[in-house]
Amino acid sequence: MHKFANPAKFNRLADIILPWIIGLTVLAFASGLYYALWDSPADYQQGESVRMMYVHVPAAWSSMFIYLFIAVASFVALIWRHPLALLAGKAAAPIGATFTALALITGSLWGKPMWGTYWQWDGRMTSVLVMFFLYLGYIALWEAMEDDEKAGRAASILALVGVVNLPIIKFSVEWWNTLHQSASVMRMDGPAMPTEMLKPLLILGIAYQLYFAVVVLWRMKLEINQRKIDVMRRIAMSDEG
Amino acid sequence: MTKPLSTAAIFKGVVARDIRLAWSQGGTGTMALSFFLIAVTLFPFGVGPETEILARIAAGVIWVVALLACLLSLDRLFQADYEDGSLDDLALSPLGLVGIAFAKITAHWCATILPLIVVAPLLALLLNLPSGAYQFLVLSLLIGSPALSLLGAIGAALTVSVRRGGVLMSLLVLPLYIPTLIFGVGAVDAASMMGNPLPHLALLGAVSLLSLLIAPFAAAGALRLALE
Repeated sequence: MHKFANPAKFNRLADIILPWIIGLTVLAFASGLYYALWDSPADYQQGESVRMMYVHVPAAWSSMFIYLFIAVASFVALIWRHPLALLAGKAAAPIGATFTALALITGSLWGKPMWGTYWQWDGRMTSVLVMFFLYLGYIALWEAMEDDEKAGRAASILALVGVVNLPIIKFSVEWWNTLHQSASVMRMDGPAMPTEMLKPLLILGIAYQLYFAVVVLWRMKLEINQRKIDVMRRIAMSDEG
Repeated sequence: MTKPLSTAAIFKGVVARDIRLAWSQGGTGTMALSFFLIAVTLFPFGVGPETEILARIAAGVIWVVALLACLLSLDRLFQADYEDGSLDDLALSPLGLVGIAFAKITAHWCATILPLIVVAPLLALLLNLPSGAYQFLVLSLLIGSPALSLLGAIGAALTVSVRRGGVLMSLLVLPLYIPTLIFGVGAVDAASMMGNPLPHLALLGAVSLLSLLIAPFAAAGALRLALE
C-alpha cells in the first residue's frame, strides 16, 4: 500500500495514466452529450427540458461519490498515516464542492419549469445543501492551520463525522415523501427509464467520474510539485545564509 | 504518599471544576443564558407582535436561539485548558482523553444548556406558544440538546489550536446541528398542531445517542492532534 507513497513514483505513475483517462474523458463527454442532446427522445411530460437531467443527475452522483472518496482517503490517512491520502482528500474537496453547487444550481433551474419553484425545503435538497456546507467546512479547516499534516488530519476527522449525511441524502426521498422524485435508476426492480434515456445518462455519469479522476490527479501533482519547490527554496536559502 | 484517584473521582472532579468555572465571574454560563434571553426577545420586534405569528414560530425561534447560545459558549470548551497547558495534564490522567472529553461535554451540558431549558418555558410564554406544547418543548430540548453539546465538542476540539477559531467552528458545527433542529422543532410543532410528537422525539433520541457514540472519540482524536 505504501508503494506509491513515494511522491516521485506517484508522479511517474500519474503521468503514464493521465493521457489515457484524458482521452477517455473526451470520448465519454462527446458521445454522452451527443446522445443526450440529439439522439434521445424528449419526455412526454417534461418535453425538451428533460435534457436538464443529463447535467443534473451525474453532478449529483459525483457530489456524493467524491464525498465518499474523501471519506475513504481520510480513513486511510488517519489509520495508516498514508501521506498521499491526505493530499488526495485536499485535492478532491474543491471539485466535490463545485459538483455539489452544480447539482444544486441545475436542480433549481430544472425545478422552476417543472415544479414551479426554484427551491423547496424538502429532504433531498436540504441534505445536499448540508453536504455543500460540510465541503466548505472541510476546505476551511485545511486553510485554517499552518501545519499541513495537522490540518489534514483534523479535516479528515470532520469528513468522517460528516459521512452520516450520505445515507440521509440517498434515502431522503424515501423517508420524506416530498417534492423530489424518488430513485429511478438504482432500484431493486431495474431502472424506471427507457433505454434511450438511460444510455446517455450512464455515459455522462462515467464521463463526470473520469473528469474527476483527471482533475484530482492534476491537483495532487500540483500539490506535490509545490511542496518540492518549497523544500528547494528552503535549501537554497539556507545555503546562502 | 497519596492514594491515586479512581477514574470516577477524576471524572467527577473535572465535571465539578468545569461547572464552577462556567458559573464563576466571566464564565460562559451566565453569558449564554443572557444571550438566550435577549436574542429571543428580539424576534417580536423583528417579525411584529401579532400573537398568531409568534405562536407559529415560537418553537423554531427558541430552538434556533438555544442552538446559537450553545455555539457561542463552545469555543472556550477546550481552549482555556489548551492554552494554559492543563489539557496536557488531563490527557495523562488514567481517565484518558476520551473520558476527559466526555467529562467536559457533560459539564458543558449541565452548566450551559440546562439553564436554557429551565427558562425556555418562560420565553415560550412570551412568544405565546400554544398551551399543549410546553411539556414537549422542554422534553424535546432535554432529549435533543445533549447532541448539541456532543457535536459541538467535535468542532471545538478540531479548532482548539486555531486562533479566533469561533467563526470556523460555527462553519463546521452548524451543518451537523441541522438534524437535531429539524426533529426538535418537529416534535413541538406536531404537539401544537394536534399531531403526534412521539416519532420526532424518538428520532431526536436517535440523533443524541448516535452523537454520544461518535463525539467523545472524535473530539479526543482532534485534541490528541492539537497536543502533539
